[in-house]
Amino acid sequence: MRKKRLFARAEALLLLLMLCLHTYSQNRLISGKVTDSKDGNPIQGVSVIPAGTAQGTTTNAKGEFQLSVSPTTTSLVFSSVGYGTREVALNGNTMTVSLVANSSNLNEIIVIGYGTQKKKDLTGSITTVSAKDFQQGAISTPDQLITGKIAGVVVTPNSGQPGVSSTIRIRGGTSITASNNPLIVIDGVPLENITNSDGTSSISGAPNALSMLNPNDIESFTVLKDASATAIYGNRASNGVILITTKKGRSGGALRISLNSLNSIAVKTKDVDVLSAAQLKKIVNTQGTTAQKALLGNANTDWQNQIYQKAFTTDDNLSISGGIKHLPYRVSLGYLDNNGILKTGYLRRKSAALNLSPVLLDNHLHIDLNLKGIYADNRFASSGAIGEAVRMDPTQPVYDKSSPYGGYFEWQQGNIPNVLSTRNPVADLMLTRDISTVKRSIGNIQLDYSLPFLPELKANMNLGYDISRSNGGKYIDPKYAGSYTNGGSQSAYSQYRRTELFDFYLNYAKELTSIRSRFDLTAGYEYQDFYRASPSTSTKSVTGFNPVNNAAAQTTYGLPDSSRSTLLSFYGRLNYSFNDRYLLTATVRRDGSSRFGPNNRYGTFPSVALAWRINQEHFMKTVPVFSDLKLRVGYGVTGNQDIGNNYGYLANYTLSTATTRYQFGDSAYYTYRGEAYAANIKWEQTASYNAGLDFGFFKQRLSGSLDFYYKKTTNLLLDVNQSSLSNLSNHVITNVGDLENRGVELNINALVVNSKDFTWNIGANFSYYKNKITKLSLVTDTTSPGYQTGPIGGGTGNQIQINSIGYPVNAFYIYKQVYDQKGIPVEGVYTDVNKNGGKNLFYRYKSPNPKATIGFSSQLGCRNWSLGFAMHGSFGNYMYNNVKSNLGTFSSISNPNNYIGNASTDYLHTNFQNAQYFSDYYVENASFLRMDNITLGYNFGKVIQKRVNLRLSAIVQNVFVITKYTGLDPEIPSGIDNNIYPKPRIWSLGVNLDY
Amino acid sequence: MNIRHLYSIIIAGALALSATSCTKDLNRLPIVQVTSASVYSNPATIKEALAKIYGGLSLSGQDVGASPDISAPDIGSNTYFRNWWEAEELPTDEAVIAWNDGDLQQYHTMNWTPQMAYLTLWYNRVFFEIASANEFIRELPDSKISSFGSSDAANIKTYRNEARFLRALAYWHAIDHFGNIPFATEASAVGNLPKQASRDSVFQFVESELLDLQNQLPDPGQNEYGRADKGAVWTVLAKLYLNAKVYTGQDRSTDCITYCNKIITSNKYSLATHYANLFEIDNHTTSNEIIFVIRANGLKSQSYGNSTFLVHAAVGGSMDPSQFGVGGGWGGLRVTANLYNLFSDPSGNTDTRAMFYTTGQTKDIADLKNFNDGYTVTKFKNLSSTGQAGSDPSGNFVDLDFPMFRLADIYLMYAEAVLRGGSGGDATTALGYVNALRDRAYGNTSGEITATDLTLPFILDERGRELYWEGGRRTDLIRFDLFTSGTYVWPWKGGVPNGTGVDAHLNIYPLASTDIVANPNLKQNAGY
Repeated sequence: MRKKRLFARAEALLLLLMLCLHTYSQNRLISGKVTDSKDGNPIQGVSVIPAGTAQGTTTNAKGEFQLSVSPTTTSLVFSSVGYGTREVALNGNTMTVSLVANSSNLNEIIVIGYGTQKKKDLTGSITTVSAKDFQQGAISTPDQLITGKIAGVVVTPNSGQPGVSSTIRIRGGTSITASNNPLIVIDGVPLENITNSDGTSSISGAPNALSMLNPNDIESFTVLKDASATAIYGNRASNGVILITTKKGRSGGALRISLNSLNSIAVKTKDVDVLSAAQLKKIVNTQGTTAQKALLGNANTDWQNQIYQKAFTTDDNLSISGGIKHLPYRVSLGYLDNNGILKTGYLRRKSAALNLSPVLLDNHLHIDLNLKGIYADNRFASSGAIGEAVRMDPTQPVYDKSSPYGGYFEWQQGNIPNVLSTRNPVADLMLTRDISTVKRSIGNIQLDYSLPFLPELKANMNLGYDISRSNGGKYIDPKYAGSYTNGGSQSAYSQYRRTELFDFYLNYAKELTSIRSRFDLTAGYEYQDFYRASPSTSTKSVTGFNPVNNAAAQTTYGLPDSSRSTLLSFYGRLNYSFNDRYLLTATVRRDGSSRFGPNNRYGTFPSVALAWRINQEHFMKTVPVFSDLKLRVGYGVTGNQDIGNNYGYLANYTLSTATTRYQFGDSAYYTYRGEAYAANIKWEQTASYNAGLDFGFFKQRLSGSLDFYYKKTTNLLLDVNQSSLSNLSNHVITNVGDLENRGVELNINALVVNSKDFTWNIGANFSYYKNKITKLSLVTDTTSPGYQTGPIGGGTGNQIQINSIGYPVNAFYIYKQVYDQKGIPVEGVYTDVNKNGGKNLFYRYKSPNPKATIGFSSQLGCRNWSLGFAMHGSFGNYMYNNVKSNLGTFSSISNPNNYIGNASTDYLHTNFQNAQYFSDYYVENASFLRMDNITLGYNFGKVIQKRVNLRLSAIVQNVFVITKYTGLDPEIPSGIDNNIYPKPRIWSLGVNLDY
Repeated sequence: MNIRHLYSIIIAGALALSATSCTKDLNRLPIVQVTSASVYSNPATIKEALAKIYGGLSLSGQDVGASPDISAPDIGSNTYFRNWWEAEELPTDEAVIAWNDGDLQQYHTMNWTPQMAYLTLWYNRVFFEIASANEFIRELPDSKISSFGSSDAANIKTYRNEARFLRALAYWHAIDHFGNIPFATEASAVGNLPKQASRDSVFQFVESELLDLQNQLPDPGQNEYGRADKGAVWTVLAKLYLNAKVYTGQDRSTDCITYCNKIITSNKYSLATHYANLFEIDNHTTSNEIIFVIRANGLKSQSYGNSTFLVHAAVGGSMDPSQFGVGGGWGGLRVTANLYNLFSDPSGNTDTRAMFYTTGQTKDIADLKNFNDGYTVTKFKNLSSTGQAGSDPSGNFVDLDFPMFRLADIYLMYAEAVLRGGSGGDATTALGYVNALRDRAYGNTSGEITATDLTLPFILDERGRELYWEGGRRTDLIRFDLFTSGTYVWPWKGGVPNGTGVDAHLNIYPLASTDIVANPNLKQNAGY
């Protein structure tokens, strides 16, 4: 119902706008054509205005225009994006005008929130990466296209699984409990947060919400970093905004058919160092009990080799684009078959995208229609196998013919599997089948109408949707030891998600040459609704009974999840430019969010920024080496309403599941729990300051920008302890903390060599940042260390990190290890850092946050050859090596539970008997430098009757990593390395055919 | 009028209209959850809200392993029963645990700080139980109850009284463990910071509530099994009075005897024939000994922190899980030699209460974290008296209702109160009660003691033999002033292998630092 009304309203508006079609035509009719001074091609969209007035027209696709002017008009002013402005005196009723293209990238059109701007007019910290600069190779998810490409933007894939999500941080996180993900906007449609509050994908059954988009359809990423750029997105802007623009057809363009195929092999790069069968045997035979010696087998199994494979991936895309008169179009089809290096896992994605961007009504109405559809099949390889392969006894075989567990060797206890032992990882992979199907469609239609009677005024309406449907389930074979006594397991889940957008704004742009001023005013309204529904999940036994005692098994149901939230906003922006030197941007947004109670529902988020184009000053004209020099300062306030709970301010009750009832007499009763709530919960607020310098030398051959920022987040949402008895749980998410982030960023691009046969481009970025918690609770208590976080593997409920005042987010909270003369850690001996007789040995040490990150890329072109590489690095980030802390002990091998485990070779170094989880010995410097890819391409030019362009490329991804970290991978966002799906090295061959 | 202005007005009007008509869309209500108004408008859902407070004793949340009541690093380890049991048993001579989980080991080594995570879990859990009961009572004032039909109204009134009982039980545990505690009743709305109340004043509150409830709740055995009745109220009163000197400085042994007598003379309870049957899944059909239980069911009422914990955690090493009706052991709990040595014949051949497993285990504990160090206990099983396993075919969750209060405990309390000089009872009856327990244990009269044997130290030892691992050892040792002093030590008491005396401030646990931070009204217990 709501949806219908919404769209009906939009249609009415559109109709209104279309009614405004007629113009007043008197006096004198001028017609003419505008062309490019260089090649004589017509230029579309040139603004043609009688000098001294505000009202004119624009050229059509053939560069032609018609304009009636008053008898007093003596000249016309021609201006267009990418070209210089020219005033031409009237001489007769027809004219041909040529415009000179601007040589530099300063006239590049940058997509900003609710509009576009020329690069030279920007006042905020905004960086664009377009397709030619994307990361190369087999990339199944769009976020990874910009890894290491932008200063201050850290994109870290969470593992090596196909389609896996990345942790994306723009200038570090501004939150601890609420989301730290940037807002992602595709063609003007803001998406729902890509992850849930527990870090899982917001689209059930998808490894990552963004993997349900084809990276090949993306034209550019624009990252809005500072508040003056992001504040127009109000209460979703605190973590930055990423604007994704998809590829479009070209007006008047010829038919272009492009076929790309990229085929890859992924291989694992290295193994976790564990004991060999011989080493393990020796240890058990010398230190083990008689019973343990008897448990040893005779095999020599490399379990890590058993679970990984060389994985083939093909990514094929066909696109057809062109323009039929006023109807530019682009159609693309994509197919990705991405197999994981962990056996059995894959992502198979079929995608289709359509873009139509017709220009109607004599160039007054620009329509941009984008439709994207995805159909993806996933199989998730059981990730538990990774840890099992490391822990499993190498003296045991993979297969055992006499085994009742599908022919796989398993540890037994009596006539059932030993529940405490490690399961056979190969059986775990082969006997479980966790699959899903996800369908998603994202689309929008944007109508941009310039009013005929007032061409400076444009009305823009954007209607968008994002709908997905997921179905998935997990089948565990009844023979699998992990589910043997349950008779196997079958579970199913489904999810439906729907986001709707209505956005309308008016834009008024006016140049007043008399006062050397340019105004650009935008005011708009946006409505967005987010709905999701997941019915109760069910899990049932496959056979229905326990094969050991024939007891009947039961079907269990999970809790359903269904919720809805709505955002309603008004926004405005003023861009003012004086004398093309002094720029002002002011924005304001008023946001209402259904996530908050009536008293806290609305927030106002203002920003202001100033820029000074120093090189335009007369005194700089004498220094021609500068092609750009701009100083920017900005301030703004943004919010973060993504608090993880849609109804956190309301008192409500939750029913239990059928397995969590309580019995009275012979009946079991479901239970109703009153939920804790914070009636006054509100958004987190971040005030940001930014100062930047854009510079360009030698006609922009060398350009870059330097930015300094400081962000202070207040009303930080924290899952804080409630005073006991004051609420219905011990904790509730509420606004209590403060957090600071500060940093420096430098971006440099250089065209080092630019000759006919040889070109060399390099891009580099550097950023330094640090954060600090400044407030954590209502009552300051020096006795409270803070909030522990960072669950680790090993033991139950152990946590290794802490958030405390005066320290960075997620600092490690551990014991200071004491070493002997040889530098070997002494088991269980720690420094009494707090000098209280060892009562409390904890201290804070480092954190997973890097101090500095860098990115570097190079692109060499020599005739038909091209050679490029991209690398990125991170410095000062530390990692807790959970694999070692868990497995580098004798107790990892020997236990009282009738099985043998394997240990990390680190045991041979430390000789630890029991796990020392809290030793800082395991916190390692994880600074690294990673070569992301090296790409070699050869362009054969026109082949096949000289009509088809052929380009071949060879790419290696994840070429090498330089690091002191001793685990598998130093790049894990959480800073806790516990059997992460390893990132493979990928070898690819690509073929591009363009017709 | 200029047509241009007209259009502008129309557009502006349309915009304003679209904006105002949508603002009510910001009032989104939950889809899955329901509001308190609807829960408390229907007798059936009111009973489900009551089930939550009972379930609060055994369950971790609204789903097993998910949707927890309390934020905890490990959901399964946070339930009322498990946390209370750990706080009562792990610091004593009765139990040690092998797990290398956070600061769990610090229970036994008595290294307690306000930051200790496992203590904080227990602290949060006991006050969660009280807050849940407060909410239930608050939502059901007399005015609301009277809006129901008379039979519904009577039932709902009983529900509310049971909530008051559960609150009194939790408050008793809270003062027993934490001394001066935050205190609030249903009169305090959500969001109000509670004041701190002294141990003495909470004692009086609990006493007055129970004295009133003994007239309100159904007679012993008359409520549905698992729900509280007068027998449960009297037991808590008796326990409160037995320990009153610790809480208030005043001996109330006479009152203890009064309420022990009420239970005994109600004639609803009798000793089970076989001691072992009390800890098997059909314990409520094999005897009338049990006064109040925490119920469990392997299919319908699953938790990692009800008796599932007790059965699994004691199984490990070379023990065969199927002998306990479970799919596998968790290899955690053992006893110190002190408990084992309480039995003159620990084999179980004479005193059948000695239920230990020694194969592959050592009596002494060199390493607390090694499951093979220390004998284990075979008392609790997920098997029926006829050897039938519980309902969960995978043996993950057990069916054993945990006997929180039973008649044997009342007999021993009676005897102790008499020995402490309480009136209303006599030594002969006391001796008879103690010998009744010993006759059952030995299967004949060979274990009987004489009047001269019946001393306070004997009572403490007998409580160890009869009630070990049933949650209460810490309270007993404190009442006998042996918990912290150096006169009685056990392995690893105070963190040293042979045991040592510790400071008397450890007779009370610290308030959790998380609460001190959240509530400026609170003052930490002395010594922390």
